[in-house]
Amino acid sequence: MSAAQTAPVRSKAFLAASRLGAGFGTSLAKLSREPLGMFGFIVLAVLIVVALFAPLIAPFSPTAQNLPNALQAPSWTHWAGTDEFGRDILSRLIYGTRITVQTVFAVTIIVGPIGMLIGIVAGFVGGRTDAILMRITDIVLSFPSLILALAFAAALGAGLETAIIAISLTGWPPIARLARAETLLVRNTDYVAAARLYGASPLRLLFRYIAPMCIPSVVVRLTMNMAGIILTAAALGFLGLGAQPPAPEWGAMISSGRKFMLDNWWVAVMPGVAILITSLAFNLAGDALRDILDPRHDRS
Amino acid sequence: MKEFSVIELAKRVGQLLVSLFALLVVTFVIGRLLPTDPVGAIVGELADPATFAAMRARLGLDLPVYQQFWIYFTSLLQGDLGTAVLTGNPVVQDLSAAFPATLELATLAVIISTLLGVPLGMMAAFFRDSWIDKLVRVLSLVGHSIPVFWFGIVGLVIFYATLNWVGGPGRVDVYLEGLVEPKTGLLLIDSLLAGDTEVFWNAVYHIILPACILAYSAMAYITRMTRSFTLEQLNQDYVIAARAKGASNWRIVSGHLLPNIAVQLITVLAIAYGGLLEGAVVTEVVFSWPGIGQYMTNALMIGDMNAVVAATLIIGIIFMVLNFLSDLAYLLLDPRTREATT
Repeated sequence: MSAAQTAPVRSKAFLAASRLGAGFGTSLAKLSREPLGMFGFIVLAVLIVVALFAPLIAPFSPTAQNLPNALQAPSWTHWAGTDEFGRDILSRLIYGTRITVQTVFAVTIIVGPIGMLIGIVAGFVGGRTDAILMRITDIVLSFPSLILALAFAAALGAGLETAIIAISLTGWPPIARLARAETLLVRNTDYVAAARLYGASPLRLLFRYIAPMCIPSVVVRLTMNMAGIILTAAALGFLGLGAQPPAPEWGAMISSGRKFMLDNWWVAVMPGVAILITSLAFNLAGDALRDILDPRHDRS
Repeated sequence: MKEFSVIELAKRVGQLLVSLFALLVVTFVIGRLLPTDPVGAIVGELADPATFAAMRARLGLDLPVYQQFWIYFTSLLQGDLGTAVLTGNPVVQDLSAAFPATLELATLAVIISTLLGVPLGMMAAFFRDSWIDKLVRVLSLVGHSIPVFWFGIVGLVIFYATLNWVGGPGRVDVYLEGLVEPKTGLLLIDSLLAGDTEVFWNAVYHIILPACILAYSAMAYITRMTRSFTLEQLNQDYVIAARAKGASNWRIVSGHLLPNIAVQLITVLAIAYGGLLEGAVVTEVVFSWPGIGQYMTNALMIGDMNAVVAATLIIGIIFMVLNFLSDLAYLLLDPRTREATT
């Protein structure tokens, strides 16, 4: 077995793995024809930068109270106004990006690999394993996810970590289904057969030859999921089951602003705008990614 | 063909039962995950070990887990879900009192979202890439991205506090509460049955905003799906043939398109309905709507796990049964699925 023989096999798997990175220029060109998608990516880039450099960007402390200054309407000093403790809402929103980004990525990092593992094993092994795994997937898929997340968060005790776990528990099935479908597509291709003939072990086949092929569509799906994660996390926060005060969690901020909504609308409205823009950006970015990475998909 | 349907039906029923059993297991686990010891909560931290043990035995916590599950399962079959800490009533009684309010809200929302969403989705498909298609795309994108509880608050600030077009939180104004005898529990129907138009219009005035807010999030989904179903059909030969025969757009929609996408639409509506029941939970909190969502969140706050588990179970069961019914509709009403699977 010479290096020249293995090269094509290798490069095919490699190609799949780098489908995300490969043709970056053409992807960017495609993206520039999608102004909405471009907008989504820009917002997300801003979000991450803001989360990373929150202390440098925020004009005020997110937690320092200034009671004489409470419930000030938006002004040049406080762009988004102040809350009932005189805290600058914009600064709290800026620090809140950290909680949002953390939640979204934590859930994604939990849900992505679990879903992929279940999906590719089911698709690759087939038979009874496939039937059992997919049956479990379908059952979890048929659960009302928000309600279960609520119940789990209540049972485990409120907090950011439990919110993350609660959201993840019902988040993996769509990924598993997708990974299984992709695995079924590539399972019988020539390059996998070739790798098998060369004596690649099942594990090696799974992780070096099949899993990489599933990554592009899984990444698309995960990106589109992120919008839903933000909304669920905000709902948990709103009900007091997410990050605890004084942490500037957006959903919790809406909840506390609700008491003043009739006279001081900005306290509840501003965090909602932040949630809306972020979740919109994830949706737009997900749509655009799908168009770029998944040529089979027809926008209809 | 007929026989096949029966086998398929039995299979689906079996799957539903397995799913329901899984839901039971999950809720059982949730009920026992509680970080605080339920025994300690009842007898107090300082109680002597004998009292502790007695209470453990009374709650059945000294039994093996499978026996505890069996007790949970059998009492559930007898309609016993325990007592709610908050109200002191049996949870089942509380839930059946709260459920009609949720049902009323979600049903009105699904009606509104269907009446708006289906025509909008069809128009978007008919006039693809026109301004209306773009408008529909933006509307459904925002609908997918908006936190529904926040939208409710904004709606209250604008339409209740500022414009005073709609009623505030609650099902009716306080002075009208309890005037109508609850027969169905659905206030709109009860007030009509009692012939009390004042309560009826007041109830309409109160339900319209939360129903519209909930409907919007469902509409985003219904519109998008209707659009893609319609697009699929528009390229079919029979539509082109109908066009060639000179059928009007209206005739094509009512005579050809709707019957062809009806079954797919039913599935979508069932899923949307289930989603609305879930969405109602947070919306009810915003609108102080005395339904299951409000009940469940109140129970969450004080860690009343009997009530939380029961509410989860009820919503879960409805959710699964809706999914099952939509599957069934697909199987029974659409001859194409039968052909495709045999």
